[in-house]
Amino acid sequence: MNRKTKQTALLGLCASLALVLAYVEALLPPIVAAVPGVKLGLPNIVLVFLLYRCGVKQAAVVSLVRIVLLLWLFGNAMSFYYSLAGATLSLVAMALLKRWDFLSTVGVSVAGAVLHNVGQILVAMLLLNTAELGYYLVVLAITGTVAGVLIGLCGALAIRRIPKKLF
Amino acid sequence: MATNKTKRKVRNDLIFIAALLAVVTVAGACLFFLRGEGTTVTIKVNAKTVGVYSLSEDRVVEIPSDRGHNRLIIRDGTAYMETATCPNGICVAHHPIHRQGESIVCLPNQVVVEISGDQTEAPDVVL
Repeated sequence: MNRKTKQTALLGLCASLALVLAYVEALLPPIVAAVPGVKLGLPNIVLVFLLYRCGVKQAAVVSLVRIVLLLWLFGNAMSFYYSLAGATLSLVAMALLKRWDFLSTVGVSVAGAVLHNVGQILVAMLLLNTAELGYYLVVLAITGTVAGVLIGLCGALAIRRIPKKLF
Repeated sequence: MATNKTKRKVRNDLIFIAALLAVVTVAGACLFFLRGEGTTVTIKVNAKTVGVYSLSEDRVVEIPSDRGHNRLIIRDGTAYMETATCPNGICVAHHPIHRQGESIVCLPNQVVVEISGDQTEAPDVVL
């Protein structure tokens, strides 16, 4: 099979996997009910994997496809902006840290998780016109670090275990 | 498997995470300790201010919005959300607020309740 065709198909699979992981995560009960936004970020496993296996471009495309599909399926423009800001900041940070090559996947994933939260808080500050969400960010940065470690470990496993000839 | 390079990266990871948590903790402590008691309650709907009330006068404030309805209680120098039509009830579960800069946010109804105070008031602690 043409290499490019194969990659397109595999990236499509990755996008749907990321979408389903986000949906599964939304079905789980909230981890800390008082603070919305505390979550594992399961789709980030897919992105960390893609970032290391394929490259920034592929990860960015999959991330964007996931977010747009989320908008079409569940039709919430508000959460679209939150997702977009979070995902963009997160991916840029992870790509840079990967390029500088001094952290493992765990450190890269932690940075991605925390920056995801930063992006969402920035959008919330803009939409609600209030600067008083700094508190949320403190809590989210701590929970994001924990989530980032877990996701980073999963990502590292995926990178090691999934056969190279597939991607 | 554990080459020197991976070992170094894991060590860098730990340093990175520790530094991140330290920065967050210090920032959180500053946010918490630098704010004194507030004097007024400001209510915003859709980012527009719809009312400003004194924190020292007890009252019930009804907050209608495009998407629902919230009821705020001001009592004994604190403010809290008593009822809300939003599905998650996060704002109702929020603890009563009274310090400068504290806020209760009801995202579904786009309602923000903020405490503010004298800008000239000295901070409790200077770090």
